[in-house]
Amino acid sequence: MSEPDGRPAHPDIQPTTSTMALADCWDHVLARWGVDRTEHRVEPGLYALGSPAADSPVFVTANYTLSFDALRSALAGIDGYIMVLDTQGINVWCAAGKGTFGTDEVVHRVEATALHDVVDHRVLILPQLGAPGVAAHEVKSRSGFKVEYGPVRAADLPAYLENRQATPDMRRVRFTLRDRLVLIPVELVHILLPLLIATVVAFFLGGPLASAGVVAAVLAGVVLFPVLLPWLPTRDFSGQGFILGGVAALPFAIAAFLRHPDAAWWLRAGRALALLLPLPPVTAFLALNFTGSTTFTSRSGVRREMFAYIPVMAWTFGIGIGLTIVLAIVRVFGGLS
Amino acid sequence: MGASELNTLQYDPKLCIGCGMCSIVCPHAVFAQNDHVAQLVYPDACMECGACQRNCPTGAIAVDSGVGCAAAMMRDALTGRKEATCECG
Repeated sequence: MSEPDGRPAHPDIQPTTSTMALADCWDHVLARWGVDRTEHRVEPGLYALGSPAADSPVFVTANYTLSFDALRSALAGIDGYIMVLDTQGINVWCAAGKGTFGTDEVVHRVEATALHDVVDHRVLILPQLGAPGVAAHEVKSRSGFKVEYGPVRAADLPAYLENRQATPDMRRVRFTLRDRLVLIPVELVHILLPLLIATVVAFFLGGPLASAGVVAAVLAGVVLFPVLLPWLPTRDFSGQGFILGGVAALPFAIAAFLRHPDAAWWLRAGRALALLLPLPPVTAFLALNFTGSTTFTSRSGVRREMFAYIPVMAWTFGIGIGLTIVLAIVRVFGGLS
Repeated sequence: MGASELNTLQYDPKLCIGCGMCSIVCPHAVFAQNDHVAQLVYPDACMECGACQRNCPTGAIAVDSGVGCAAAMMRDALTGRKEATCECG
C-alpha cells in the first residue's frame, strides 16, 4: 500500500460479514495443515461489519485469516469496524511477541485509515493477547485512542460488550483438548519427510521392527503427547516424552527379544536395547519442541529444561544408534541371525 | 532474581499507581488488583510474555520476555542469533 503522507483523504472501508463462506472454511483447513503457512492473509485496513455508525466500536486484529475470521464470526449481529493490522499473516499472540502486532503498527494504522474521521469516539478494542506488543498508554499519547483490552477469546466478545468488562475466566488463556488437537496436523506435515527418511534408514539398519518402532516413537511425540499432555506425570515436557516414548518402544523391544529364542541371550538383549535406547529420546525431543505450541511455557523454563535434558537425549540416542550399528555389522559379517 | 525461582518476573509495588493494567493483560492471572494496588498472587505461572511490563506506565514491572519455544531457541543457538523469535505461523 502506498501512503505518501500516511493519511489518505478517503480511506477505503471494505465491507465484511460474520458468515463463513465455503472458501473461508477451505482456507482454514489449508492453514491448519500448514499449506502456504504465511500466506493466509487479509488485506490490512478498515472493514465495516454490518452497518456501523460513527459511535460503533472498533475492533483490532491481525491480518491472519484465522484471527480475522474468529473475530468477525464472533461478532454476528453486531455493527462495528474491524481494523486489521499488518502482522505479515501471523496470528495476534505470536505477532505481539514479535512486535508486529505492536504500538507502532496500531498508531500507523489509525493514521492510514483516517480513523479519527470515521468514528467520533476514541476507543480501540484490542484482543488481550495483543498486549505483549502494545503499550496502551503509548497508543493513547501518540494517537489519541484509548486501548481497551477485550477478552482472550473472540467468542467472549458479545458477553464482554454488554458492560465492557471481562470476567476473570475470559482473561485466562486455556489449552483445551480441542486447542491441542487442531495443532496436530501441522506438526505431522512438518515431521513427514524426516520421518520417511528415518523409517528407511531404520529398516536397513535394524529391519522392519526398527522401522515400525520409529513410526511409533514419532507418533507418540507428535500425536499422543499433545492429546495426553494434562494427564502425563511430571511437569517437564522432556520427562513426559521419555516416559511416553518408553511405553511406545516397549512392545517393539519385547518383540525383538522374543523373535529369535534360539539366539544368544546377549544378542537378544542387545536387539531389545537397540530399540529401547534410541526411540524414547526421539519422543522426548518432539515433546520438548511442543513447548513452542503451548500457551503457558516460559523462556526460562524451556531453557532450564533444554540444559537438563538435551544431553540425556543425545547420549541415550547416540548409544542406541551405536548399538544398532554394531548389531547390523554382527548380522552382516558374523552371520548371526 | 525474580519473585519466582522459575522465571524472571520482577515487580516493585512502590512504583505501582494501581491502574490495573497488569491484571487485565496477564493471561495467567499472575497479578491481582488489591486495595488499588497490584499484587503478585501467582508468580510461578508467569510465562514471560511481557504483556504486563509493556503496559505498565510506571515501569514497576520487569521481565526478560521471550518465546518459550525450544525449537526457536535451538535454531537460534545453531545460527548464532541472540534473540529467540518464533518463525511459526
